[in-house]
Amino acid sequence: MAQTEFAPWNDPEAKPLIQFKNVTKRFGAFTAIDDLTQDIYAQEFFALLGPSGCGKTTMMRMLAGFENPTEGQILLSGQNMAEVPPNKRAVNMMFQSYALFPHLSVWDNIAFGLRRARMPKPEIDARVDEMLRLTRLEKFAKRKPHQISGGQRQRVALARSLAKAPKLLLLDEPLGALDAKLRQDTQFELMDIQEKTGTTFVIVTHDQEEAMTVASRVAVMDEGRIVQVATPAEIYEAPNTVYVADFIGDVNIIEGAATPSGDGYDIAWAEGQAPFHAKTQTKLSNGQRCYLAIRPEKIGIATEKPEGADNTVQGKIIDIAYLGNLSTYHVELPGGKMIKAQTANTRRLSRRALTWEDDVWLSWTNTGSVVLDR
Amino acid sequence: MRRFSWFNATSLTLGFAFLYIPMIILIIFSFNASELVTVWAGFSTRWYGELLGNEAFLDAAWVTLQVAVMSSTIATVLGTMAATVMVRGGRFMGRTLFSGMIYAPLVMPEVITGLSLLLLFIGIGLDRGVLTIVLAHTTFSMCYVSVVVSSRLVSFDRSLEEAALDLGCSPFEAFRLVTLPIIAPAVISGWLLAFTLSLDDLVIASFTAGPSATTLPIKIFSSIRLGVSPEINALSTIMIAIVTVGVLTASIVSKRASVAQQRDEQAAARAT
Repeated sequence: MAQTEFAPWNDPEAKPLIQFKNVTKRFGAFTAIDDLTQDIYAQEFFALLGPSGCGKTTMMRMLAGFENPTEGQILLSGQNMAEVPPNKRAVNMMFQSYALFPHLSVWDNIAFGLRRARMPKPEIDARVDEMLRLTRLEKFAKRKPHQISGGQRQRVALARSLAKAPKLLLLDEPLGALDAKLRQDTQFELMDIQEKTGTTFVIVTHDQEEAMTVASRVAVMDEGRIVQVATPAEIYEAPNTVYVADFIGDVNIIEGAATPSGDGYDIAWAEGQAPFHAKTQTKLSNGQRCYLAIRPEKIGIATEKPEGADNTVQGKIIDIAYLGNLSTYHVELPGGKMIKAQTANTRRLSRRALTWEDDVWLSWTNTGSVVLDR
Repeated sequence: MRRFSWFNATSLTLGFAFLYIPMIILIIFSFNASELVTVWAGFSTRWYGELLGNEAFLDAAWVTLQVAVMSSTIATVLGTMAATVMVRGGRFMGRTLFSGMIYAPLVMPEVITGLSLLLLFIGIGLDRGVLTIVLAHTTFSMCYVSVVVSSRLVSFDRSLEEAALDLGCSPFEAFRLVTLPIIAPAVISGWLLAFTLSLDDLVIASFTAGPSATTLPIKIFSSIRLGVSPEINALSTIMIAIVTVGVLTASIVSKRASVAQQRDEQAAARAT
């Protein structure tokens, strides 16, 4: 069965669930959010990604109603949320610390929001049991939060915030307290639950891998602004700035001057070296400073000069990082520039041809790199 | 690590002796058959019997209990409210002044507190009696409650309240359903502290008590001026017994709670 691609952001007819309209938030002299405009659509899994202090948590707290914008508007289903207190919003939040009520059992924690909504008792029972099933917590219903493990607590927090079937669920660094293995499992669980319930999720995280795994769109933030919003693949393959390229994954940045040539630019990066060529849609003036961003896995590494490669350069292996499935070679180019090249270890370690101090050829295609003007 | 040493044993003995010998003597002499407090004349429970027949003492005890319960309850409500505002209220005009004024009675000499309250009650024409003692005790014990409660609130995870709001509670419901149950131990110990302070206050009570209502400490103090009667020994022994039972119960209950919690946590750790 062919699935239509989920991309309401490309559909001009689609009505966004959340609209940030020129939102600015200041705390005293500090500007946490700077004139931000962004739409988020229903059923999206929207990730806010950035280093700490970039304003992602402030954005989330404004959606929950714990903070109000200093300027601008936040609309939820077209309604201005400025005067609506947190307890009157169809928005629920999963807290970073989980914020489970320690004096209540798992069951009562999940039922808490339903009781406040004056739901009839039999309906509460049914809903809580459904949530316990969804998060596989049936066995722990009678336990107190301190009697269960971290992973189970995280699931209780999720069940509690989903119980009221909110239009929008906010997740504040939800997996921060879990170890790597459990975090991976939980990421898939989250996606699964998001699909089953059809709730719109907005997740705040500083872990780029987590954002890439779960999100339908990722917003990379820096100093109160959104630098780029795109699908994980676009963010990775076509970052719009050096900041985004550098924040998401590993990247080599080569600075140079651009000269138009063919359907792209020649980039002169060091004196006495042949320029690199790159195809791009980016418009640059003749001689403009620009940056070439190349992912390590897009760079081939070989002892012989490869025939017919678009860009080649010779260098010397300085360091090798062996990661099991991959190896990253740190190669020094003439002039001292270090480049990282990554290859999959398809052969056993003892059969590998490359080692320290070897002279090697690096190569990549004209489309393997991204030209950035800032 | 637990080795016996003469130094430890001696200091322990001296310390306990210093604390408890006066009380032990008091308890022993409460069972003295003689009318003279300092002369032992055999074992008897006579003074306990006489105490039960002493209307004045029983009245004073009843007044003291009423005052202690009422004043500590009011002080707990007000002190908890003050603590909440100070820890949660953020910055508001006069916050520093407000917190300074709440804690001032802690360092204010009791004589001054008592005198100022006396002047106030005379000024507004309030007849001195149970009501005035309750008001006076509330005034000075409220700050103790707010100190105890606010120290608990400072370490209270704010996101719990936010979670309650997020799940549909009004701010008052969030306080009643989430904050209060969690800080309850601090509120209860604040109440107990206020209760004890009220129970044994002499100075402030003697300023604010009237002829219609006398508390036990005032009664004891004034009868001592006429010479120590063995009845007072009996009364004091009863008070010591009540306090001892109360303290032991409280510590056993809290010890059991913490042991149970530890056991649960260990069980949870094994289950994962």
